[in-house]
Amino acid sequence: MSAGRPKDEGTLVERVFWRFTLVILIGYALLPVVWLTSLSLKPSGDLTDQRFFPRAIGLEHYAAVFRDPQFPAALGNSLGIGLIATLISVALATLAAYAIVRLRFPGRQAVLVGALAVAMFPPIAIIGPLFDLWRLLGLFDTWLGLIIPYITLTLPLAIWTISAFFREIPWELEQAARVDGATRLGAFRHVILPLVAPGVFASAILVFIFAWNDFLFAAALTSTTSSRTVPAAIAFFTGASRFEQPTGSIAAASVIVTIPVVVLILLFQRRIVAGLTAGAVKG
Amino acid sequence: MSRQVLDERRLGWLLCAPAVLAMLLVTAYPIAYAVWLSLHRYDLRFPDQQAFVGLANYASVLTSEVWWRSLFNTLLITAGSVAVELLLGFGLALVMHRALVGRIALRTASLVPYAIITVVAALGWRFAFDPTTGFVNALLGLDQAWLSERWSAFVVIIATEIWKTTPFVALLLLAGLTLVPPDLIRAARVDGASAWQRLVHITLPLMKPAILVALLFRTLDAFRIFDTVYVQTRGAQDTETVSIVAYQALIARLNLGLGSAVSVMIFIGTILIALLYVRLLGAGALGRGGRQG
Repeated sequence: MSAGRPKDEGTLVERVFWRFTLVILIGYALLPVVWLTSLSLKPSGDLTDQRFFPRAIGLEHYAAVFRDPQFPAALGNSLGIGLIATLISVALATLAAYAIVRLRFPGRQAVLVGALAVAMFPPIAIIGPLFDLWRLLGLFDTWLGLIIPYITLTLPLAIWTISAFFREIPWELEQAARVDGATRLGAFRHVILPLVAPGVFASAILVFIFAWNDFLFAAALTSTTSSRTVPAAIAFFTGASRFEQPTGSIAAASVIVTIPVVVLILLFQRRIVAGLTAGAVKG
Repeated sequence: MSRQVLDERRLGWLLCAPAVLAMLLVTAYPIAYAVWLSLHRYDLRFPDQQAFVGLANYASVLTSEVWWRSLFNTLLITAGSVAVELLLGFGLALVMHRALVGRIALRTASLVPYAIITVVAALGWRFAFDPTTGFVNALLGLDQAWLSERWSAFVVIIATEIWKTTPFVALLLLAGLTLVPPDLIRAARVDGASAWQRLVHITLPLMKPAILVALLFRTLDAFRIFDTVYVQTRGAQDTETVSIVAYQALIARLNLGLGSAVSVMIFIGTILIALLYVRLLGAGALGRGGRQG
């Protein structure tokens, strides 16, 4: 990543220019997050003051969001559905990626191209059939009803990124282990898996973000608090009464669900970037 | 063919089978089912009237003004957002590439728009442009009901899309930018090429695959835009996109036959866009993935 970086420090004007640009860009990236945070902290009376920063700070909207049964339920659903879908998708993708990178068999190219085709697939095209099927199979408004499409639609991303990480493994280590008498499975578990773990983890983060963000399936395939996830709950959120503006509550809920994402980014930004660009360009 | 080769083949197929099955079951089968549905009168509110109607649903879609307007809206949003994202993304990538200080802070910050829930981002911008709660009007000294008028609503929708996805474009372009050999740039500078000439004659041609990949993914993504429009206007003020039209027919009106016809049309549109880019990229570029193993 650091190749081609100019080593000269530049003149004072240049340094000021770069620093200024940097601040502008970071501000631009964080603008809506700061704005929603500010909105969520404004007391109800100040919500329409049209100011960017709050004049006074209160936590009433956060209290309201947790008093309402919709939001805590949605938070639990989002976490559960997202984690289960991520676990299964990444496990299946790891098996497939190992085969694609490591074994010679006809059709391995087809798997990668097929995965790419699925990645381009418009989800709206299968909403109708899934809606109909899920009602017949009793999967409508259940966790499984969302987990299944999330696995499918994240597999391409997982397969491509994990394959890209697999290609950078020194495979001589596996051969050495097998010469020493380890089985293929033993060598995979004890030698290869620890090496690819960071890459697999990066894919897991991307897959989780996908499931955590999805609105279309959540809106179409759920209807109650038993499986409605955060994006749908926030989009359909209504105030306690018809006359109450839920703006403050929506802002508070938005901030709460953005915090985990920001923490993930702060901890793993390097790996997330590697995962996002792996396969897309070098592949 | 030796036993070992056969064993390796069998293991390869075995390991890929679960992933391939999972992908086929929830894409190929439902799309086939969608095609079947699109050829029938199939309205969940009138389940007794189910009947094969041939291409009648497609005829209704293709002769309806709603479809053509939504297609126009979708293409407008796609063209507007992708063009600006590419320009801004390239600028952002150049800054990330050149920045001496704070490149990690910049990269971290620019991941926030990518990772934030689209619904949340769309609501944030909706509140910002709202005439009563928002700060935008106060900032610009305007009195504009942004989301209550068609063209200003498009401005908000496109701005939201641009904010959300420019960093993703920038990261893809940055990966392409790091593949440009610095020696080549230095040599050109020694030979007297201006910054503009270096950009046009060296950097851009070498980045062509990265640019096309970013364009391909963003065009397809923008073409299926749903969340932002749904949250910001619900398709009011004539801002419906094709995905909104399909969703309303399928889920709000429970007309699976007609809605599936719209879905199949969107699917065909996606294929056409993908084919166009694959042609531009050259068939070889996409297939290279598995060859390095």
